[in-house]
Amino acid sequence: MNPKVLILTGVGINSNRELAETFELAGATAEQVHISVLEDTPEKALDYQLIAFPGGFSYGDHIASGKILGNLLKFKLGDTLKELASRSVPMIGICNGFQILVKLGLLPQMGGEVIQEASLIQNNSGQYEDRWVNLKVSDEARAKSPWFKDLESLRCPVRHGEGKLVLGSKDDLARLQASGQIALRYTKEGEPTDEYPYNPNGSWDAIAGITDPSGLIFGLMPHPEVAIHGTQLPDWTRLEQVPTHTDCLKLFSNIVNYLK
Amino acid sequence: MYYRIETTLKQQYPDPLGGKVQSSVHNDLNLDIPEIRACKVLGLLGNFSEEEARLVATELFCDPIVEDLSFAGDLDYLSHSAEATHAVEVSFLSGVTDNTARSAKESIEYLLNRDLSEHDHVFSSTVYLINANKLNENDFHRICEEILYNSVIEKIEVLTIEDYQQGKRFTPFEAPPEIPTPATKDIAIAQLDKDELVKLSSKMCLALSREEMLAIQEHYQTDITISHREKLGLPLEPTDVELEAIAQTWSEHCKHKIFAANVKYEDESGQVESIQSLFKTMIYEPTAEIMKKRDDISSVFSDNAGAFHFDDNWDICIKAETHNSPSALDPYGGAMTGIVGVNRDVMGTGRGFLPIFNTDVFCFGPPNYDGDLPGMLHHPKRIFRGVHRGVKDGGNESGIPTVNGSISFDDRFIGKPLVFCGTGGIAPRDLHEKPVVEKWINPGDRVVMLGGLIGKDGIHGATFSSEGLSSASPTSAVQIGDPITQKRMTDFLIEARTRNLYNFITDNGAGGLSSSLGEMAEECGGVELDLTNAPLKYPGLAPWEIFLSEAQERMSLAVPPEKLDTFMELAEDMKVIATDLGQFDDTGFLNIFHGGKQVASLCMDFLHNGLPTLELKAKWTPPQNPEASDADLPELCQDLAEKVISRYNICSKEDWVRQYDHEVQGMSVIKPFSGIKHDAPSDAAVIRPDYKTNKGLAISHGLLPRYSDIDTYHMTCNVFDEAIRSIVCVGGDRSSALGLDNFCWPDPVQSSKTPDGTYKMAQLVRANKALRDMALKYNVPCISGKDSMKNDFISEDKKISIPPTLLFTAVGTVPEITKSISMDFKKAGDVIILLGETKDELGASEFYDEIGYLGMNIPQVDTSSALERYDSFFKASQDSLISSAHDLSEGGLLVALAESCFGARMGANITLPKNGLNIIRNLFSESASRILVSVQADKVNEFKAHFEGQSFAILGEVSQEYKLNINESSLNLQGLYTAWRNPIAEI
Repeated sequence: MNPKVLILTGVGINSNRELAETFELAGATAEQVHISVLEDTPEKALDYQLIAFPGGFSYGDHIASGKILGNLLKFKLGDTLKELASRSVPMIGICNGFQILVKLGLLPQMGGEVIQEASLIQNNSGQYEDRWVNLKVSDEARAKSPWFKDLESLRCPVRHGEGKLVLGSKDDLARLQASGQIALRYTKEGEPTDEYPYNPNGSWDAIAGITDPSGLIFGLMPHPEVAIHGTQLPDWTRLEQVPTHTDCLKLFSNIVNYLK
Repeated sequence: MYYRIETTLKQQYPDPLGGKVQSSVHNDLNLDIPEIRACKVLGLLGNFSEEEARLVATELFCDPIVEDLSFAGDLDYLSHSAEATHAVEVSFLSGVTDNTARSAKESIEYLLNRDLSEHDHVFSSTVYLINANKLNENDFHRICEEILYNSVIEKIEVLTIEDYQQGKRFTPFEAPPEIPTPATKDIAIAQLDKDELVKLSSKMCLALSREEMLAIQEHYQTDITISHREKLGLPLEPTDVELEAIAQTWSEHCKHKIFAANVKYEDESGQVESIQSLFKTMIYEPTAEIMKKRDDISSVFSDNAGAFHFDDNWDICIKAETHNSPSALDPYGGAMTGIVGVNRDVMGTGRGFLPIFNTDVFCFGPPNYDGDLPGMLHHPKRIFRGVHRGVKDGGNESGIPTVNGSISFDDRFIGKPLVFCGTGGIAPRDLHEKPVVEKWINPGDRVVMLGGLIGKDGIHGATFSSEGLSSASPTSAVQIGDPITQKRMTDFLIEARTRNLYNFITDNGAGGLSSSLGEMAEECGGVELDLTNAPLKYPGLAPWEIFLSEAQERMSLAVPPEKLDTFMELAEDMKVIATDLGQFDDTGFLNIFHGGKQVASLCMDFLHNGLPTLELKAKWTPPQNPEASDADLPELCQDLAEKVISRYNICSKEDWVRQYDHEVQGMSVIKPFSGIKHDAPSDAAVIRPDYKTNKGLAISHGLLPRYSDIDTYHMTCNVFDEAIRSIVCVGGDRSSALGLDNFCWPDPVQSSKTPDGTYKMAQLVRANKALRDMALKYNVPCISGKDSMKNDFISEDKKISIPPTLLFTAVGTVPEITKSISMDFKKAGDVIILLGETKDELGASEFYDEIGYLGMNIPQVDTSSALERYDSFFKASQDSLISSAHDLSEGGLLVALAESCFGARMGANITLPKNGLNIIRNLFSESASRILVSVQADKVNEFKAHFEGQSFAILGEVSQEYKLNINESSLNLQGLYTAWRNPIAEI
C-alpha cells in the first residue's frame, strides 16, 4: 500500500498543493489536512506515516517567520508530535515549514529535546528573493538519512526573506557539524560558499537544510517540490535533452520507498 | 494592566532591517549615517497578569536564540547601538489595520488558553536607533518624514538618548476612544438650488455632477417615492445612507459614465460622428461579433472577470484592476489592496475561481526626478519602493506567483502613479452539474458577508478615485490589506464551493457592501439588510459608513436558507468570520435597517437606471512635431548604445522582479528571466496549470504611454500587437488569444479644470476605435477590462495629467509546453533572423526621446502581414525549428539583440539589411510585429520555407565571443550589460 502523507494546510500555508502532487508522483497517497481539523482532533495525525509542513506565510510571518504556527502546534498538538516522534514518523519542513520546525524545536534537537536551538533570520540582503541555488548533499546525511540515498547534489529555487540559519554560538555550530546533522549546503562550483547570491541568505556554514539526529526529520529552506519536472528548470530550453523528472523527485521517492 | 515588550537582535547579528533604512537614507537623501538598528515592540493593555505577559514575551515575541528581550519596556538601547543619539518609534494611527498585532492577539489566545475580550488590546510598533550626530535638524526631520513613516497611516515619537538616560520613555499605547454610534441623518436637498446641490456634493465627497444631483432631487419629489416613504415612516428627504449609496453606485469608478456617454467626435477633417457609448460600440459589440466565431469563451463582461475554456476540464478567468489614487497616498497599503482586491475579483467570478497567477504593471515618475513635488506628493522613488513592497507582500503572502509585468517611467506619473494588478484563476468547468461560471440568487436566499471586519478604512474610495488627486482627498480612502485573512477565506471558499453551500458570490471592492449587495439585489429584485450585527473593527461607525466601508478581505454571498447552518459551522471551524446580514427578495427595493430602525429604502430601478447619460464632445487635432533628419542622428558607438540600453524603460528590472515569488504553485515553464544566468527578460510567461497535461498558458502584456503623445490610435494598435506577439514568441497559439483592456486616462471631460477635455476625449475615442479594429482583425476579444478616468493631480497652481495609457493584457494557450521558446540565444553558429520589416518609424521611440525628439512617424501595425507571420512562426515552433525568439519592443533591434546575447553570454555578428534606412533607424526604430529569432544552421532552409513570400532578413550568426558586431561597429557586451543591469538595481 502507498504510504499516507499528511500535508498540513491553512493559516497562510501556500505550497501545499504542489507538495501533495510531488508526493503523489513519488508514489505516496497525499492528503491535505487543514490545521483546524488537527486542532479539534490531534490524534488524526497518527493515521499518517509521514508529516509534511509546506512553505508559505503562516500567520503572515508576523512577529517572526514560523513562530506563531510553531507555537500553535506546540501548545495544541504537543503530545501528538511527541507520539509521532516516538513512532519514528519521518517529517519534512520546507521553507516556512522548516522555520516552523526550527522555532518549535523539532529541529535540530542536538540535545535530544524539543526546544528551540537554532533560528532562521532575515537574509543578509534584507529582502525576499526567488532565485535558483545549487545544493550539495553532505556525506553524513547520505550515509544515515533515508531522504538522501544516492543523492549528490540538487538544484531548486529559494523563495524566502528569512532563511539565514544561525545558532546561538559558534560552539553550537561546531556541535551541529560534529553530529552530522547538516544535510544540505549552498554551493558555488560544487563547493559550499558564503558568497551572495550562491548562498542567498548568509546562512552560517552555507547551511540550506538539516536533519534531527535520527535523520528522519528533515527541514530545508529551498523548494525541491517545484523542481520536479524538467520544464521547471530555469534553463531547460538550453538543454539538448530535457529530463522528464529531476533529482529533486528522488528526495521524495527515497522517503516513500523507505516507508513502503 | 499595561505591558511593553521590546526585542532586538543581539549585537553580534547584523540587522538587515536597519541596513535597508540606512541604504534608503543614502540613496534618497544622499546622507550617510552610521549603523541603524531596529527594535520590535509589542504592547499589551487590558486584563493581563504579569505572568501572562511574561509568557507572551518569552514564548511568542522573542526569539531566544538571536534576540534580547525587555519585558518592562526598558530595553537597553545603548547596549545595542552604542552610538545612537535618537530613538524613533513608528506606530500605526488609531484604526489603521495592524496585522502584526492581529496575528499576535490570536496567538496570545492559544498561548494563554483563553479568549481575549474587546477590552484587551494588542499593539505593535518599531523603534529605530539612529546616530544623528552628523545631521542637522532638517536632515533628521527628512529621514523621519521621507523614510521612516507615512503620516497618512502612522505616527512617530522621538526620544533623544539624553531623554532616555534620564528615564524618559515612549508614551504608552492607548486604547482607542469609545465612540458612540452616530445616528442616521436626513440630508435636506429638496429646497437647494443647482449651485447649492453642487456644493453639497463636494462637501460630502459624493463626486456627483449638477445633473446627477438634480436627478436625485427630482426622484425624491415624485409621488411614488413620497407615498412609498410615507408608508414606511421614512423622512421625505434622503437619508445619508441613501445619498451615499446612490453616489457610490453612480460613481465613475462603478458606472463608467465616460465609457457609457454619448460622444460627438469630430476628426481632423471636420467630420462629426455620434457615438453612443464607447464601451458598447467599440468593446462589447466587437467581442460579441468575435464570440460568434469562437467556442472557447465561457463568460464576458457580466462578471468580475472574463472566463474561457482552457481545456476539457478547466475554465480559466482573468482580470486586471488599477489602484492608482490609494497608491499615491499610501504606496504600500494602496498597492497591496490592489493586488489582494483583484484576487477577490477572481474568487468572486462564477461560483469561485482559485487564483493561480498575478501580473503587475507599474508606471512611475523617474527615480532620478529632481523637479518640484507639489504638496502631498511623495517622491517617485518612495512610491516605487512602497508600491513594489505592497504588491510583493500581497502576492507572496497569498501564495500566488507573479508571472508577468513591467515598470514604465514618465515625468507625468509623478502626480499619479499607475498600479495595474492582474490575476488569473482556475476552476473546474462544471461544478455540481452546472457550468462554474453560472451563479444565481433566489428570493429567500440569505445575505452572508464573509471575511474581515469593517472599519472606516476605504470610505469614499470609489468616489475618491472618480476625482483628481488633491490635498483635499480623504485619507480614510487608504486601506491596508491582510493577505493572511484573505488566504484563510480562500481556503474556506474552496471547501464551501466543493460542498455546494452557496449560490452566488462576489467581491466587496470599491463601495463595499453598497456595491456588492446593490449588484446582487439586481439578480433577484431586492434585498433586506440589517446592519446591526455587521462585525466592526471598533465602535462608532455610522450605518452609512458600515454600508460603504471598503475594509478589505470581504466577500458577499447568497446562501440558501437550508444550507446556512452548515455554512456557518464550516466558517467557524476554519476561523473565518461569516455574518448573516439579511435576505434577498423581489420587492424592487434595497431596504436597510440598523438598531431596529429603517435607515434606507432605495428603489432598485432608480439606483441602477436613474443616472443621466453624459453628453461629451471630442475633437481630434493631430499634433505636429518635427522629425530628425539623417544628419541629426548620432553615429552608432558604445556610448550611444549604453545610453539607450540604460534608459529606465529598457534597463533590467531583475532586482525588483526577483522579490516576487514567481514559482509558488509549481506551474512555471517560462519564467520572468531566461538564459544561462537567469537574468535575460522573457517576453511572456508560460505556466502549466494542470501538471497532468502538457498544455500551457502564456501570459503577456503591451504598454506604451509615450505613443499617446502622437496618436492614441496607433498607441493602441501597438500595445495590442505587442501583447499578442509576445504570446507567439514563447510558442503560444495566437488563435486562442484573449485580451483585457485597462484604460488609465486623464480627465477627458471639458471644464474649467480641464480646458483640453475635447482633445483628451478624442484621444479616448481614437484608442477605442483602434481597440475595435484590432480585436476584429486579430479575432481576439476583450473578455474583461476596466477604466480609471481621472488620473490628474491638481493643486492650486498646478495640474499634472498622466499620458493616456492603455494596458493590454493577453493570454493564449501553448499546446505543448516542451515546445515553448525562450529569448536567449542558444549556440554559437546559430543563424540570426529578423522576421518582419523595419521601417522609418522612430516616432515616440525610446531612442528619439534620448536625443530629444518626439516626431510623428509612429510605428503602424500592418495587421495582415503580422498575422501571416505569427501563423508561420507558430507552425515553425511546432516543428521545433526555432532556438530562440525575442520580441522587438522599446529600444528596437539593438536592445533585442543585446538581451538575447546576455541570455547566452555569447555574442553576435550582424550585417544589417540593405533596406534604404540608415544604421540608427535600423537599430532603434520600434516598428511593430517584428521578432528576432535564432535557428540552428541545419534547420534554416526548413525554417525559411515557412516564411516564403514574407518579409524577413538573415542578419548573421551567434558567436562565442562576447561582442556584438554590427556592420563595421563592434560593441562591448560586458559594457552594455553593466549599463543595462544597474540603473535601478538600487533605489
